Amino acid sequence: MPDIKRRALLAGLAAMPAAACTELAETGPARNVFDAAEDWHRTAHRALANRQALAPEYAPEERSPDIRGNGTRVIDTPEYKNAKAEGFSNWRLSVGGLVDTPLSLTMADMHSLPQRTQITRHDCVEGWSAIAQWRGPLLSDLLDMAMVREEANFIIFRCADILYGRDYYESVDMVDAYHPQTIIAHELNGAPLPEKNGAPLRMRIERQLGYKHAKYLTAIEAVASFDDIYGGKGGFWEDVGDYQWYAGI
Amino acid sequence: MKRHSLITRIWHWINAAALAVLFMSGLNISNAHRHLYWGNYGFDPADAWMTVMRFPAWATIPQRYDLAEARDWHNTTAWVFAIGLLVMWIVSIVSKHFWRDIATAKKDWSPASWVAATRDHKRAASGEKRKYNSVQKIAYGTVLGIFLPMMVFTGLAISPGFEVAAPWLVEILGGRQSARSLHFIFTWALFAFFIVHIVMVLVSGPITQIAAMITGGKKQEADDA
Repeated sequence: MPDIKRRALLAGLAAMPAAACTELAETGPARNVFDAAEDWHRTAHRALANRQALAPEYAPEERSPDIRGNGTRVIDTPEYKNAKAEGFSNWRLSVGGLVDTPLSLTMADMHSLPQRTQITRHDCVEGWSAIAQWRGPLLSDLLDMAMVREEANFIIFRCADILYGRDYYESVDMVDAYHPQTIIAHELNGAPLPEKNGAPLRMRIERQLGYKHAKYLTAIEAVASFDDIYGGKGGFWEDVGDYQWYAGI
Repeated sequence: MKRHSLITRIWHWINAAALAVLFMSGLNISNAHRHLYWGNYGFDPADAWMTVMRFPAWATIPQRYDLAEARDWHNTTAWVFAIGLLVMWIVSIVSKHFWRDIATAKKDWSPASWVAATRDHKRAASGEKRKYNSVQKIAYGTVLGIFLPMMVFTGLAISPGFEVAAPWLVEILGGRQSARSLHFIFTWALFAFFIVHIVMVLVSGPITQIAAMITGGKKQEADDA
């Protein structure tokens, strides 16, 4: 077993505490500290900045040549393929849950609402960034039209894509839901969204990492708690890989 | 007066443990996207100024590729590291430890004093002399004053939620991807310091040195008090 010996020599002191760390994280107390830290990050960010404070916006010439598609890039279901072939003319976005007036919006509705155009930076949890121009209506306008009830604490985004056999979904709290840069984009750099970037509709949650920006959006739902939705952690990556629900760090 | 004050000793070991966790979980995070860029954006490996190696599992926390858990370790431990550094800086300035032992005078920047320090290094490092020589002052000053704070600032600049509170920080650092590259560069600058630091401890009597950083070392006549 020369390999093990060499490893032991190389790794030496470093690996033993590291192995203990791995053990610790999977058996309880460290998990609680991590969850607490996630709350501190959100609390600290919101204490330091105004809740409505904007993410930086860029000039057209500062855009990156492209924006990488990550996660789902192509959807293979017949429903999506048909929708795409029809130019998404029959795509519907529903707004429901804890609202007084549930909505079912067409792409034409999405274009006729007041629009916001913003050139922002997309930061992936993996570490890369891209800058692009996004355009679409504000989520807050949709929520006001639907008349969200007092008891709603979170907004759930449901999606048409399936990754590892599970439906993609995400959620944000009301602070990010009503943020002035939180839009439902239907345009990227002046053209309809390409499939790899979430056609025909995707979220922009500008102060958080890319996995919060749900693509292929089919439904928006106001809820009091996300405990009973899918894995109960508030998002696809949160359920599948224990990624942080607050992705502002 | 003891060689190392209690607060210095407590901070030294907490900081050492925090840096070990930050370093090893950081290597795990680096494996998620091994390409470094300058400016605000960067996602295409063809535009990278550097592509770093894939760090082996034994060198990372946790001991397998797991970006979510590595981020938990990294971002939680960052609080311990940053608050510890802030407390140490405040105490060092208030207690005059910084001005007395680390702040350099003009003579510390002359090549002659570096030669003297090098010739004298064994005696200096073994603690026979209470004061740090020029090279030690510059080394500790650079680590405490530049490398460690830059880890905090470049780390904060990568966080999109923090950027909203201090967009100027990201601008000063040249954009988010520049901040990420600098975070990586200062990591290895600190690692280089760590290697030299360990070598110096080993050549100057590791038992005495480590004991001094635990117990404070034997009482010495304060030559300037």
